Amino acid sequence: MKSGGLHYARRRYTGHAMMALSLLAALAAVSLLFWILGYVFIKGFAGISLDFFTKLPTPVGVAGGGLANAIAGSIIVVGMAGAMAVPVGVATAVYLSEYGRGPFASAVRFVSDVLSGVPAIVAGIVAYAVVVTAMGRFSAFSGSVSLALLMLPIIIRSSEEMFQTVPDSLREASLALGIPRWKTVLKVVVKTASGGLVTGIMLAVARVGGEAAPLLFTAFSNSFWSFRPDQPIATLPVQIFNYAISPYDDWHEKAWAAALLLIFMVLILNVAAKLYARRRTH
Amino acid sequence: MAAASILLVAALVVYELVSRSSPTFDAFGFAFLAGRRWDPVSEVYGALPFIWGTFYTSVLALLLALPVSLGVAVFLTELAPRWLKGPIGFLIELLAAIPSLVYGLWGLFVLAPIMQATVQPFLAKYDYLPFFTGYPLGLGIMTASVIVAIMIIPTISSISRDVMYTVPETQREGGLALGMTRWEVVSKVVIPYSRSGILGSVILGFGRALGETMAVTMVIGNTPKISLSLFEPGYTISSVLANEFAEAVGKLHVSALIELGLILFVISIIMNSMAKLLLWRMNRYSAGTRL
Amino acid sequence: MADKIRVEALSAWFGNNPALHDINIGIPEKSVTAIIGPSGCGKSTFIRCLNRLHEEVAGASSRGIVLLDGEDIYAPGVDPVLLRRRMGMVFQKPNPFPTMSIMENVAAGALLNGRMKRSEVAETAEKYLRLAALWDEVKDKLHKPGVSLSGGQQQRLCIARALAVEPEVLLADEPASALDPISTAKVEDLFMELKERYTIVVVTHNMSQAARISDRTAFFLSGKLVEYDKTADMFTNPSHKETEDYVTGRFG
Repeated sequence: MKSGGLHYARRRYTGHAMMALSLLAALAAVSLLFWILGYVFIKGFAGISLDFFTKLPTPVGVAGGGLANAIAGSIIVVGMAGAMAVPVGVATAVYLSEYGRGPFASAVRFVSDVLSGVPAIVAGIVAYAVVVTAMGRFSAFSGSVSLALLMLPIIIRSSEEMFQTVPDSLREASLALGIPRWKTVLKVVVKTASGGLVTGIMLAVARVGGEAAPLLFTAFSNSFWSFRPDQPIATLPVQIFNYAISPYDDWHEKAWAAALLLIFMVLILNVAAKLYARRRTH
Repeated sequence: MAAASILLVAALVVYELVSRSSPTFDAFGFAFLAGRRWDPVSEVYGALPFIWGTFYTSVLALLLALPVSLGVAVFLTELAPRWLKGPIGFLIELLAAIPSLVYGLWGLFVLAPIMQATVQPFLAKYDYLPFFTGYPLGLGIMTASVIVAIMIIPTISSISRDVMYTVPETQREGGLALGMTRWEVVSKVVIPYSRSGILGSVILGFGRALGETMAVTMVIGNTPKISLSLFEPGYTISSVLANEFAEAVGKLHVSALIELGLILFVISIIMNSMAKLLLWRMNRYSAGTRL
Repeated sequence: MADKIRVEALSAWFGNNPALHDINIGIPEKSVTAIIGPSGCGKSTFIRCLNRLHEEVAGASSRGIVLLDGEDIYAPGVDPVLLRRRMGMVFQKPNPFPTMSIMENVAAGALLNGRMKRSEVAETAEKYLRLAALWDEVKDKLHKPGVSLSGGQQQRLCIARALAVEPEVLLADEPASALDPISTAKVEDLFMELKERYTIVVVTHNMSQAARISDRTAFFLSGKLVEYDKTADMFTNPSHKETEDYVTGRFG
């Protein structure tokens, strides 16, 4: 049992080699992650300052200034998108999980699944087609519409999953107490799943908060403060893009700093969502 | 009530895309797909360079990502000690959370220079192969493919890992009892068992690669060219949309862009549906072989 | 008859939970030895220690000596993969590989071990399917998937697959418990035939099965070997009270 001949030695060698390769693959993937994140941290840190958070961008070629309007703009656009997508998405998820059987519900579920594969830029085109052409100009609102389009399938899927985890016994207990169906759904199911819903929303926000593609021709950009939904507005991702492809070093620096901020936000949301999910299962 | 809204949304998407690309369709018909010239000034539009760029980069990205993703999945399911599985899995998923934009930044300022300085000159020695002709610029098909490959690794590996996890222990033990090495159990039992799911994850990854916008736009060179060479710049559907849409003037220009968007939309939907079908079948399959 | 397998002071754990305490037993060659006992008594763990499958479970460990033809299989430097060539195993739930046809399933193990070339697959498949008394039922559908057979047929397919590796020992972990009575009878007859050539160890919770097919029987309780004797003697005249209680159906 100690030897096995040449044939066996080759099998053993292949086995070890393949396992080593898979270890290598995992190491490669993880080091890529650290490389990219590390680079963003190091390069971005230089550009982070109080000015960055509070000042408006300076004219082309003039150093200094910040991206305060873009930060505010991102919050506004994503906020509006959420305001549109979350109620509709959660309501749809409620329907699917509590009331939906039969072909209509399957159709809804199928379409939602399929729509989740729509590339971000196509969502931008649709928002353009519907909103921008109707309004005659770029606007924060159209940007929000495109982001809402992207958030909707994500929220529907994660919310429905959350509702499924609420045990039937709770529903039955509530109904047995004579509480009407719709109230049961609202007060028992939604309330119990609320933590998970929040996690899903956080993840959806993290996903669209970093999107630039759909905003390039919907929300467009703005060099000044803007809080009106019917005007173009600066957002962090779009500014990063514009600065990055420009020839100015100062702008490059700002792009890295903005990227750092974006990554920071995305990471926090993801980690928070993960931690929250783990805590709830204890 | 609210649920119907998503059906309305879907209908709206299709309607808008189709109707607004109709001017281009009227002008060029199906020749649009084969047209090689894209010239907004003379109002001649052809989609071929972009379709080529999109597919070429995505296929290359897939070829690069597949071995790494499978390696990661095998590592996570078969090799890693229990305490390591969670953290490493989480880190890989973080790769998926990084916005495309940040990948683009990194690609533009870090990867492209490296490509230009070291990797590409090295490969240029092999310029008897059509893949390595031309002048190494750093920006181009190759860099774009590498970046996209990195972006789809988490997609393929995490779904593959989940699928491989569901292979029943008794199958693995059956293989071991026959005298298979650990790797043979993986390659001859686990992977064949999971092949539908793995294929589904690959198609999903491919679909994602097709739609990648920001990262590609920043490193691909933005030139509508059709070439096999990896050093050449190219242009994908999503990149041209990102670059030209905001300033497109003229009904035909906008409509041509929208028709490109429609093409991308249709391809993405097809890929997504195929992948979901395979994954759904995988679930039924493993449930069905339980006696 | 000489002992094919000698176990000395074998103990096993799952993490910190003990599963086997200090087992000492000798399995004679070319015979059927049955392992009986109530659920959780460690009988499955025991035979999984014989082909070193036990240690593949995360956190599992064992200690002791298991001699196969006088050589300790747990000695350092012994490769479990090579060991398992000599010990075939059949599981409680038949586990043919679903992506392979009947013919491919039979050949699966043998191809790897280099005992067979690709061209010999059909021949080998026929030989071992005959041995497993399955040939007549499947000879027209060798290319159908392994999972398309009935439960009893699948189990005999797994037996054919295990035998194709040409082991010396066949380990069976409750091989018939998932099968209907007719298939069970076929499998039992098969074991009685095979014992002319192989050493067979069968775990079973079915005492009448043990009485029918085995030459010697071992009774396990709570991880310890309580009694080990010729089958006829154990069932008619058990020397321990626990054995007597078990075989008369007072518990388990």
